[in-house]
Amino acid sequence: MKYQAVIGLEVHVQLLTNSKIFCGCSTKFGAAPNSQTCPVCLGLPGALPVLNKQVVEYAIRAGLATNHSIAPRSVFARKNYFYPDLPKGYQISQYELPICINGHLDIEVEGEAKRIGITRIHMEEDAGKLVHADVPGVGDDSCVDLNRACTPLLEVVSEPDLRSADEAVAYLKKLHQIVVYLGICDGNMEEGSFRCDANVSVMPVGSDTFGTRAEIKNVNSFKFVKQAIEYEIERQIELIEDGGKVVQETRLFDPNSGTTRSMRGKEEAHDYRYFPDPDLVPLVISDDWVEDVRLSLPELPASRLARYQTELGLPFYDAEVLTATRELADYFEACLALYPQAKPVANWVMGEVTRGLNDSGLAITACPVTPELLAELLKLIDAGTISNKIAKTVFDEMWQSGKAPAVIVEEKGLVQVSDTGEIEKIIDEILATNQGQVDEFRGGKEKVFGFFVGQVMRASKGKANPAVVNDLLLKKLKG
Amino acid sequence: MELYELTIHELHEKLKRKEVSSVEATQALLARIEATEPKVGAFITVTADEALAAAGEADKRIAAGTMDVLTGIPVALKDIFLTKGVKTTCGSKILANFVPPYDATSWERLRERGAVLVGKLNQDEFAMGSSCESSAYGSTKNPWDLACIPGGSSGGSAAAIAARQATATLGTDTGGSIRQPASHCGCVGLKPTYGRVSRYGVIAYASSLDQVGPVTRDVRDAAIMLGAVAGHDPKDSTSVDRPVPDYTKALVPDVKGLTVGLPREYHIPGLDADVKKAMDGAIETYRQLGAEFVDISLPHTDYAVATYYLIATAEASSNLARYDGVRFGHRTAEAGGLMEMYVKSRSEGFGAEVKRRVMLGTYALSSGYYDAYYLKAQKVRTLIMHDFLKAFETVDVILTPVAPTPAFRIGEKVNDPLQMYLSDIFTIPVNLAGTCAVSVPAGLSKSGLPIGLQLVGKPFGEESIIKAAYSFEQATEWHKQKAVL
Repeated sequence: MKYQAVIGLEVHVQLLTNSKIFCGCSTKFGAAPNSQTCPVCLGLPGALPVLNKQVVEYAIRAGLATNHSIAPRSVFARKNYFYPDLPKGYQISQYELPICINGHLDIEVEGEAKRIGITRIHMEEDAGKLVHADVPGVGDDSCVDLNRACTPLLEVVSEPDLRSADEAVAYLKKLHQIVVYLGICDGNMEEGSFRCDANVSVMPVGSDTFGTRAEIKNVNSFKFVKQAIEYEIERQIELIEDGGKVVQETRLFDPNSGTTRSMRGKEEAHDYRYFPDPDLVPLVISDDWVEDVRLSLPELPASRLARYQTELGLPFYDAEVLTATRELADYFEACLALYPQAKPVANWVMGEVTRGLNDSGLAITACPVTPELLAELLKLIDAGTISNKIAKTVFDEMWQSGKAPAVIVEEKGLVQVSDTGEIEKIIDEILATNQGQVDEFRGGKEKVFGFFVGQVMRASKGKANPAVVNDLLLKKLKG
Repeated sequence: MELYELTIHELHEKLKRKEVSSVEATQALLARIEATEPKVGAFITVTADEALAAAGEADKRIAAGTMDVLTGIPVALKDIFLTKGVKTTCGSKILANFVPPYDATSWERLRERGAVLVGKLNQDEFAMGSSCESSAYGSTKNPWDLACIPGGSSGGSAAAIAARQATATLGTDTGGSIRQPASHCGCVGLKPTYGRVSRYGVIAYASSLDQVGPVTRDVRDAAIMLGAVAGHDPKDSTSVDRPVPDYTKALVPDVKGLTVGLPREYHIPGLDADVKKAMDGAIETYRQLGAEFVDISLPHTDYAVATYYLIATAEASSNLARYDGVRFGHRTAEAGGLMEMYVKSRSEGFGAEVKRRVMLGTYALSSGYYDAYYLKAQKVRTLIMHDFLKAFETVDVILTPVAPTPAFRIGEKVNDPLQMYLSDIFTIPVNLAGTCAVSVPAGLSKSGLPIGLQLVGKPFGEESIIKAAYSFEQATEWHKQKAVL
């Protein structure tokens, strides 16, 4: 029998607000344990939550960017369970009435476009962290660090519309790109700022009844998402083929073995006893607020991708590379604004700039060659002051010193030689000392032309204007 | 008159005229506490040293001419209010050693005005009870009859006023916890509209019902205290941002033309004859003062107690989850693992009534029962709210008894929780409706126990009930009666 996988993803997006969702404590990562806490996030008796407006704004941004309706009225609910990292004994989340409903994202896998439904996005608070061993001065006891407690999260719940691990990864990458583009999440998967649980089931091809699903937790990279889902699909198919039955359970992905293992079954499943949190009033969002946020949204990757192709005439490949991150696209556009020729700018950004970043490990926002410097460089090429080849030398020098290209050209004497007299002199010398090759060319072997160009360029230390060299060489050889 | 017997406004006059200092007044109350506590047991903690220090500060303020009406006034708080540096138990063993790192907003507001804290008052554990008997720190006695309960849950707040151990106190009211003890102890107790006073720093029992309010010797003091604690608090999302009127301006004895509603459904079979007599007397007094009475209907009254015990316990089951032995409060000495630590810490730390309500609430919220219990209760709550709003289309205030009987005897209802729950039948609907009400002394039973009347006002209609209560008080002598200790 042939099987079809059915996958839905629940993604937790940690928001880049300065303070926590229900109190004024800092959300900065890596501070001393429990140093960023107050009565509210410690869950002290009598403390009450107050909603951080910035979180709501970020949720609206995420909702609009993923085609959701923003609920005019949404409600916070308590999810009740006991765990030492959960100070109040309940997590404040949203349940029946979330802030964003009915969204979607369009993905493309192997050239095929597909629309993935998103059921909802809701706001919630994160839990703290347990540290189990090797805490200095504490010994074997478990320690609770509540710095992370009450940091704001969005949970993005997809419809079970995904049919393969590749689709799941494509969806996840798209979502990741959008939240980072929006500036609401740093996208750091290793630190857990963007984390994913996958619901996976299989059913016979052609069936319209979903199989029993397993929920896989702890998949914190795109690679692991693919691995975990593929493993889980295989596991379920084998199980069914062997006459077994998939049970509804939570499974943990083990990145070392690339497998999933059972964490807890349905019989151990929590009854979270959700109910509306009486400490928070229903959240009412006006149309005006939604419109204000809509107007403040940056241009999203999908729209940029389309515009680069239609308006700028760039090939799909270039457009995709340039829009991969908002910062790279912003860099490209900043340069383009000063030097309005898309293709050369694209080539330089995808070529020299990217190479420089890769070699140095720097982020595009820290690129020593600013868009202004790059644009100046391109203008020098256009003006014939330097050749493309020399420009690369100048670029490297700019990367090191941060000096303006004109200054470097001046200091290093790199100005292109376009003076026909000077170039003619060099050509004459070359032709005189390479009579054999001259004869070959004249005998019809035109391939040696390149040899002469190379010789002339070398003799001029790369400064000869290539167009002039070509021109003169042809005249001399044919003449 | 002894210093410890004065009202806030009387003591304020003496302080202002420098006839007496705050230190002297505070000393008088501390001495009174020492003398009467063995009989009454209203306090869990007496803060004598801190009180005298604060009184000294208050005297400096008085000398500097920057005094407020509450400057130098000795007050006590139900042990549900967080007081920075002063142990706060909420009547529970689970918080036996809990010393809060911050102040409740309502206490902060009193403190900033120069009020002097003389101690923390006994209460039913986590405010769950109507008799003060569920406290882990023993029962408080009714100063009018030491064999009787003072009412609850703010039993200590009312007993301390009746025993003249504090000039004024604060309590909290979730289903009658200010009004019922005030009625049983012959004090004035005011439950403000939900949202009028901040709940920040008040240990939560049922968050959608809890409200802070004063227990005082007379209506004027209640108006003063309410004015001091009321108002928006950015730390409490449910506190309402609307201006606080000067409630003392409502202290005008004038009920001419006031339309008073008498709810038909409150004529219950179990109503005590003395209570009925007191009510009839009160109606007659108001009539003579020029008020007009109309019969009204609050048709969903029958469902109020059941509704309350679903909503309050559901919220409580979640609110009390934080007492898990992990970060503060009692942790069992003998736990092998996490689950055992939870179970033992909570089993040892909570009393029987708290456990009963946590279990009831957990059940009401459970998957499969939520719709039938919690959700239905919320719907009935809306109906009860509409009952009141509809009634207030035709009447200005509603007059009812506070409790069906005067204070019962200690131990009388301990083993019959349902009977105990029914003693709040007239007060609970007010909390469900979220509106305001005040309890005012209106008589004494044959055996000499106080009986209170309840005036219910429109949401944020505190001024109208203060005015009606003040008019009654001025026309009667009941508030001048004193418990003999």
